[in-house]
Amino acid sequence: MKYKSLIINNPEELMFGIAPKPVKTRRGLEIGGGQVYAELNFTLPVMSINDNTLNQVYAHYREIAEGALERALHLNSKGVVLEFETLLEMTKTPSIGVEIVKIMNGICEDYYQKFGLKSEIRLTPNDLREFERPAKQRSSQFLEPLFELFEQGMIAGGDLLSIESTGGKEVSDEALMMCDVKGMVFALAVLGVRDMQFLWEKIVSVANKHGKIAAGDSACGFANTAMVLAEKKYIPKVFATIVRVISVVRSIVAMEQGAVGPDKDCGYEGPFLKAITGIPISMEGKTAACAHLSPLGNIASACADLWSNESVQNIKLLSGMAPTAYLEQLEYDARLMNEALRAGKMHCQVLQQLLVASDVYTDPQALILSPENVIRISKELVKGDSYVANARNGALAALDIIEEALRSGRMKLPELETGYLPILRDDLNTIPDNESEFIAMMLPLIDQSKFIPAEYGL
Amino acid sequence: MEELLEKLLEAVEFGKVDKKSPYPPQLRDMDGAHELTIRAIETGIKPQKILEEALIPAMERVGKKFAECKIFVPQMLMSARAMGSSMFQLKPYFASGAIKTKGTFIIGTVKGDLHDIGKNLVSMMVEGGGWSIVDLGVDVGADKFVEALKNNPGAVIGLSALLTTTMVNMGEIVANIREQAPETKILIGGAPVNDDFCQKIGADFYAPDPQKAVEYLNRIAS
Repeated sequence: MKYKSLIINNPEELMFGIAPKPVKTRRGLEIGGGQVYAELNFTLPVMSINDNTLNQVYAHYREIAEGALERALHLNSKGVVLEFETLLEMTKTPSIGVEIVKIMNGICEDYYQKFGLKSEIRLTPNDLREFERPAKQRSSQFLEPLFELFEQGMIAGGDLLSIESTGGKEVSDEALMMCDVKGMVFALAVLGVRDMQFLWEKIVSVANKHGKIAAGDSACGFANTAMVLAEKKYIPKVFATIVRVISVVRSIVAMEQGAVGPDKDCGYEGPFLKAITGIPISMEGKTAACAHLSPLGNIASACADLWSNESVQNIKLLSGMAPTAYLEQLEYDARLMNEALRAGKMHCQVLQQLLVASDVYTDPQALILSPENVIRISKELVKGDSYVANARNGALAALDIIEEALRSGRMKLPELETGYLPILRDDLNTIPDNESEFIAMMLPLIDQSKFIPAEYGL
Repeated sequence: MEELLEKLLEAVEFGKVDKKSPYPPQLRDMDGAHELTIRAIETGIKPQKILEEALIPAMERVGKKFAECKIFVPQMLMSARAMGSSMFQLKPYFASGAIKTKGTFIIGTVKGDLHDIGKNLVSMMVEGGGWSIVDLGVDVGADKFVEALKNNPGAVIGLSALLTTTMVNMGEIVANIREQAPETKILIGGAPVNDDFCQKIGADFYAPDPQKAVEYLNRIAS
């Protein structure tokens, strides 16, 4: 792993709105440069996407962008990011996705020219490769439309490039359901890392070619899936916590390849990435309850640079369209954090302490996101010589933190949860430092009909 | 004889696949579902009795514990694996007709959608409930469901979706199935769907979780 030390070593410096390496955008947003901005994410209501409905599809995105920016203007917003996460048809037929970017970018530009409202589009194509099973990560026919959308979409006005790539998911889905921590390390620290290296080298290259911003790649299909399954009580929260930490070594590869942030919203691994690399991050918490429940409502914003809602359908609420309503919620949260930033360090610390204290001991997934624990775990995540060793070390540090919180009585978990702690620790302790040894250990244990080793360079 | 079935029930309930399996710790070095099923057959217990008095009740207990949040999915999956090792021994009796399942359940994630964690859970729970499973996988269109139904007349269909833009494909699939076999029972599930949507597209049942799917299937099988 490229990173051997942290950019932020002091928990007090892991603060919302401030990143050591801020990102400046075309229309003047300075993400991580002393402001928190809203990042609105949205999707279509219940409908099909086909030739007959394309005009309706475009109308929805036009309505979403206009509604959000009009509301942002009314609320004296300092700036907004609109995340356009494409749906299957929009990536498969890139011209659809490109047209939507064009529509939204036109609206962004209009509000910028007329009113000075700064906004940018984060373009996040969905990873089509998993439509083939087993996925052909490096030779898939879907790579072509995916990169066509990236390239044409950025020309059309998508300035921040992201993806929720799925390399390793063939193995992680089963590992998640079986609470197989070695399987998750293999999926994320071996397969995920290799796929991220392959994918992000290309994304960064395309972004640099067009002077755009290679932003980041969250482990949504891995760590967020774990969190949602834990919320449904399908898997233990302590396991979902460990999965989140392991996902850091996979997501940091985007930065190693040249991505500069802001990291994506559903990556609750973002605080670790911020501490290690100094990039700004997007986070989501209570405002993402429209998309999924979480135990991280307040603490998630403790060091956010963009504050997001994950995804909301364009449907009518009493107040207006849902994306407009969510923009308002995000904007008020951002306004509060920005007021603290304006007032100075002490105010920021007080607000951050409240955001942290209100969640930290209610759930192990929240516990690891307190700035102190982020720094402590991050130090373990960079001290080894391999991604595998770093994943294991970070996970063990997270287990230590959970057990300390339990011993102190500040956090309480049922026996059903705590019973998994020694199992996870024993399992983690069998993971060697050396990646080759680990691969040799794991390959015989994994159903190889589900993934193609050669597609990961194995 | 009864004691043997009780041991098999316990092995499946707690996920003891075979003797060498280290899980669960309290049954370490004891016979698992594999060995106990072989012994049960050798002792002359009818395969149907093995299924009805050990395997299905074991999975019912597992389903109940899961519904009451007393276990997590991994424990449930270990039970399913234990049941699977037992069913492997019983396979010849299914083929010969000596054992009858409650019916066949055809399940798939609908066209355009790749999410299959929920679908797999339902599939496993329903199989544990004594049904034969035909899992069509993900991104499944109406034609595949209809074809599977032709190969398995009288089967119940399960449709899964996680996206607002793919749930609409459920309506097309339901319409196609109704055209071919109007009496087919169809259940749906997934984050964006609900009972209203179920009624709107003409499906028969909305299952908010795997256990409810099993309960519905058992109701219509009885």
